Amino acid sequence: MIGIIDYGAGNIRSIHNMLKRLGFDSFISGKKEELESADKLILPGVGHFDHGMKQLHSRNLTAMLHQRVMEEKVPILGICLGAQLLGQGSEEGNEAGLGWVDMKVVAFDKKKLGQELKIPHMGWNYIQQLKSSKILGDEKEERRFYFVHSYHMLPLDPSLGLCSTKYGYEFISAISKDNIIGVQFHPEKSHQFGMKIMKNFAQL
Amino acid sequence: MEYLNRVIPVLTIASSKLVKTVEFNKPKYIGDPINAVKIFNDKMVDEVVLLDITASRENREPNYEKIQEICGEAFMPFAYGGGIKSLDQIEKLFSLGIEKVVLNSVLAENIDLIHKASSIFGSQSIVASIDVKKNILGKYSIYTQSAKKKLKTPLPQFLKLVEGAGAGELFLNSINRDGTFKGYDLELIRQISKELSIPVVACGGAGSVEDLKAGIKAGASAVAASSIFVFKSKNRGILINYPDWNTIQSISV
Repeated sequence: MIGIIDYGAGNIRSIHNMLKRLGFDSFISGKKEELESADKLILPGVGHFDHGMKQLHSRNLTAMLHQRVMEEKVPILGICLGAQLLGQGSEEGNEAGLGWVDMKVVAFDKKKLGQELKIPHMGWNYIQQLKSSKILGDEKEERRFYFVHSYHMLPLDPSLGLCSTKYGYEFISAISKDNIIGVQFHPEKSHQFGMKIMKNFAQL
Repeated sequence: MEYLNRVIPVLTIASSKLVKTVEFNKPKYIGDPINAVKIFNDKMVDEVVLLDITASRENREPNYEKIQEICGEAFMPFAYGGGIKSLDQIEKLFSLGIEKVVLNSVLAENIDLIHKASSIFGSQSIVASIDVKKNILGKYSIYTQSAKKKLKTPLPQFLKLVEGAGAGELFLNSINRDGTFKGYDLELIRQISKELSIPVVACGGAGSVEDLKAGIKAGASAVAASSIFVFKSKNRGILINYPDWNTIQSISV
């Protein structure tokens, strides 16, 4: 059963809806004891980095998540802010991140975006896959996803990069390492392109 | 191409029924909004905006049950507007699976709701919506309560207030063009997108793909429309439709 982590940061119902449509059972919970029984985890999230970390701490979820992800190697999919939280920290705030992967999160470089491109990066965009992956499925066809973000991931370990996206410049739009996956875009809002990712994750 | 401009079907409902108006009047019954959303899934639309056009006028709550039902079928970004007055309502809507809320009539009395909501939920999820009417002298005024009530605050001043309060997007609707297939009010789009730094979503009047392109060229970040996506043509025969991906891409400048 897939546990969708409810920590008061963002839209989680749509993730549950998509998994249900694909025929996979999932549950939404912010309780430690319930999430301890999940065989896969999804960390969603919208909003401020510090707010997200504080919410995880205040619900006493961080130690349990660390145990499950780093020791038991349970697959975890971070989405949007949930992906950004996987690294060490973010320019958006002062809180330390979960620190499971060697990455930081930076603001879009306004100088490189130019006049035309607005922040947040909101709308549909393409991905270029950087390495072979079960979750992305190594497909050749053009794939587009829905993005809403003002900050993006910047891996310090270059092998983390799973795919990149161009918005003014190329940035890393998903990362992966062992059982940890983080996507900046919203698969739960990206039609069949997102459904494939959710299905691949559910079948890991 | 650096940026794909969004093309957004707008579904207008009266509580639970899908309807379409002309100049905010004469609602024609279209069908069940859930069927429309299912078709929009298949067509892979960029985003959907659902507006309950009678909620504020009837001083009624959003129809949460229906919204949740519709949301359960929506695998694209989904915005809802209509009858929203408080933070509690906004929180409830997000818990149903909505990404963005559209605030309109409430802004006349409580523009601070934008500020409060965007500081909690992030400005990307708060859309300010204004309905604009042009009089015979060419002067623009804002109307609320589905075009029933005229707002005293002049348009440019109100826009600054909305942007300053922290709205993530401006949904700009032309009352005169609604349902007319005459094309967007391009002058209005030009003026407003020049004045604002937040994205402007243009709505009202699109009758063809060319009109959508013209809206983007005039400065809109995204183009929204209703009639062309629920009717086959100006004769208003019902057909839920959406351009294919190549056409959508061609709309971006």
